[in-house]
Amino acid sequence: MKPRHQRLLAVAAGVALIAIAIGLVLYALGSNIAFFLTPSEVADNKAPKEAVFRVGGMVQAGSVKRDGLNVQFVVTDTAKTIPVVYQGLLPDLFKEGKGVVAQGKLGPDGVFRASQVLAKHDENYMPPEAAHAVSKAQAEKAAKSLVAPAK
Amino acid sequence: MIPELGQLALILALALALVQATLPITGATRGIPAFVALARPVAQGQLIFVAATFGCLAWSFYVNDFSVLTVANNSNSALPVHYRLAATWGSHEGSLLLWVLMLSVWMVAVLVFSRSLPEEMVARILGVMGAISVGFLSFMLLTSNPFERLLPAAPDGRDLNPLLQDPGMVFHPPMLYMGYVGFSVAFAFAIAALLDGRLDATWARWSRPWTTAAWIFLTLGIALGSWWAYYELGWGGWWFWDPVENASFMPWLAGTALIHSLAVTEKRGAFKSWTVLLAILAFSLSLLGTFLVRSGVLTSVHAFATDPRRGVFILAFLALVIGGSLTLYAWRMKKVAPGGRFELLSRESMLLANSVLMLVACAAVMLGTLYPLFLDALGLGKISVGPPYFESVFAPLMAPAVLLAALGPLVAWRKGDAAELAKRMRWAAVAALVLSLFAPLLFGRWALLTTFGLFLSFWIFAGVFAALLARYRTRVKPTSAFAGMLLAHAGVGVFILGVTLVKSYEAERDVQLAPGGTAELGGYVFRFEGVQEVRGPNYQAARGTFIVTRDGKPVARMEPEKRIYRVQKNAMTEAAIDSGLTRDLYVSLGEPVANGNAWTAKLQVKPFVDWIWGGCLLMALGGLLAAADRRYRVPVRRREVPPPADATVIRREPA
Repeated sequence: MKPRHQRLLAVAAGVALIAIAIGLVLYALGSNIAFFLTPSEVADNKAPKEAVFRVGGMVQAGSVKRDGLNVQFVVTDTAKTIPVVYQGLLPDLFKEGKGVVAQGKLGPDGVFRASQVLAKHDENYMPPEAAHAVSKAQAEKAAKSLVAPAK
Repeated sequence: MIPELGQLALILALALALVQATLPITGATRGIPAFVALARPVAQGQLIFVAATFGCLAWSFYVNDFSVLTVANNSNSALPVHYRLAATWGSHEGSLLLWVLMLSVWMVAVLVFSRSLPEEMVARILGVMGAISVGFLSFMLLTSNPFERLLPAAPDGRDLNPLLQDPGMVFHPPMLYMGYVGFSVAFAFAIAALLDGRLDATWARWSRPWTTAAWIFLTLGIALGSWWAYYELGWGGWWFWDPVENASFMPWLAGTALIHSLAVTEKRGAFKSWTVLLAILAFSLSLLGTFLVRSGVLTSVHAFATDPRRGVFILAFLALVIGGSLTLYAWRMKKVAPGGRFELLSRESMLLANSVLMLVACAAVMLGTLYPLFLDALGLGKISVGPPYFESVFAPLMAPAVLLAALGPLVAWRKGDAAELAKRMRWAAVAALVLSLFAPLLFGRWALLTTFGLFLSFWIFAGVFAALLARYRTRVKPTSAFAGMLLAHAGVGVFILGVTLVKSYEAERDVQLAPGGTAELGGYVFRFEGVQEVRGPNYQAARGTFIVTRDGKPVARMEPEKRIYRVQKNAMTEAAIDSGLTRDLYVSLGEPVANGNAWTAKLQVKPFVDWIWGGCLLMALGGLLAAADRRYRVPVRRREVPPPADATVIRREPA
């Protein structure tokens, strides 16, 4: 093989590799991204059907019910709430009144079936998504109360 | 008083770093011997002052000086002494100080082990490292002063994050940082060579042991971090594809590519520009990792926006280092002629394919890590990219690299012989194939992916065996570099074996048990004896006792704990692990249920999980053997060695 052909072959191999890599990345990204929604957005029917997504907010005080390994609780962003069921051990920092993020699917009955519950490791720390949900809901509330007197 | 001395030492270190970053390089370019001679004493002085700064901070932690903000935020008078010292680098400010300390240690190591290098070269290398040091020292002084006072002093500290109160935490950050910062040596060598205008095999030979040394520390640091997550986070995972983990993994991938590319540049004088680019990339990714972890962008892009000082500084520094070095690269590199010729089937082409695959995999990891950050920063919504993304992209890209890793050492430089290669690999390959087809049956369940993973692992072992056999037949005494390479490759095999088996055959079960109750998992019977209260130095714990038996024979007594740390009031799961060569038993305690009459617990059986870290250890040992090779210790004087036939000399720019 002449050196020129060789170089051509090497370039072709490189291009093929990058094409394969891009294909893999797109395929994997398409099926493994979880969108994050706030309880208000779920209440507005923005939740995807049949797809895994994340929902976050605070665990509503007094809402946690345990039955052995089955746990039920309510996630709130202070405006809307969403009931969640989960089976298994909860993370150490799962507490009523604290931030939480759950990943799973929404059932037809409106109950969120969590396959994973995340709570991070610090008493003051809010999972960013949970903090985002609460502040967004409060901002909307504030906007509404500003609009209300004008009516 | 001590904190003020520390502050003073920090400022003096910065002054020395400024001298080091400017004068020696000027001296080397303009030919001023006095400036060149400054490099060594200034670098030594910098180590002394940075070490003094670090000592002052450690002392403040040791004596519980809660008038220092960092100490008050990260320590507590009830914290045991060894964790108080580890808390020195558990904080943001302290970890930066550790970074700079490691950098000064590497600088002094370079000047101690560089007696055979021309003085101008040493001056340039230390100058580049000095410039990096300037960046980090001024970052600390401007945005993250470790000695900031808290007046009035806090009565007691807020304690170290309980997760960090662990022996793994004492060693993990220094190891990781030694690796991160170590790539600055390879980077400085590359930049110095670009400035000097000479990139040849001698340059590659000089930078090889340094690159390997940094890679060893990074390998060990990542393995320690993974092991720490496994036993300390309490849920038995060993790699989460978390952005913080990816931040350390990306430089590792680039570093691995660099090591292999350097081999070609040293032996054959080829791939020079590729090697220099990889050296720049490996260090840039180390800086990117530091940026991701230290700027707060990962916690929240918005936290970054509200207090942007730190993030903006690192981002600007990052842009300066990457932009500056790439500009220099573009300016100088075009004069380099291509190196030695090679055929399609040759060791060169295999090593090239390997480093390209590593880099593409690194890019895929980077995409998955940064994509959610970009979307969030642009206000396009919040997403998370889960581990399945990384697994389904990373594994297919690494599989061909692993297949090549077994063949590479068997193929000759320049022109390989396909028939000879087939002859050497044939029996070993058949053995690997048969073993991987039937081995899953030993575990009772056959799956294609399991067989594929096992095949990759056995294929590597087969390659190592064939290479040893071939070397034995030639009767040439193998060098320590050759042995190290094979050992590191075998480590990859052990690692893949561990990952494949644990992914295929791990079992877990969440249970609810009353005292005296039993649960069965993977042939093991776990009997729950009950829970008792215990008191630690700075925590309260509920300690459960499990008696594990198999076929009626006792196996282990396991005591997982649920701890509440008094100051931060955090609950922490302290899992109990019974380690073994072929399996780990893993028990973590959940919470009391049924009015405190029973507890929930997670039981796990993890086959061959320790092989994952064993494999990493073998890779590091292999690296050590390779870096200790005799030829790196024999002084090579560049001007005395006639340049190899294919060496390229870039014409020097007139100053």
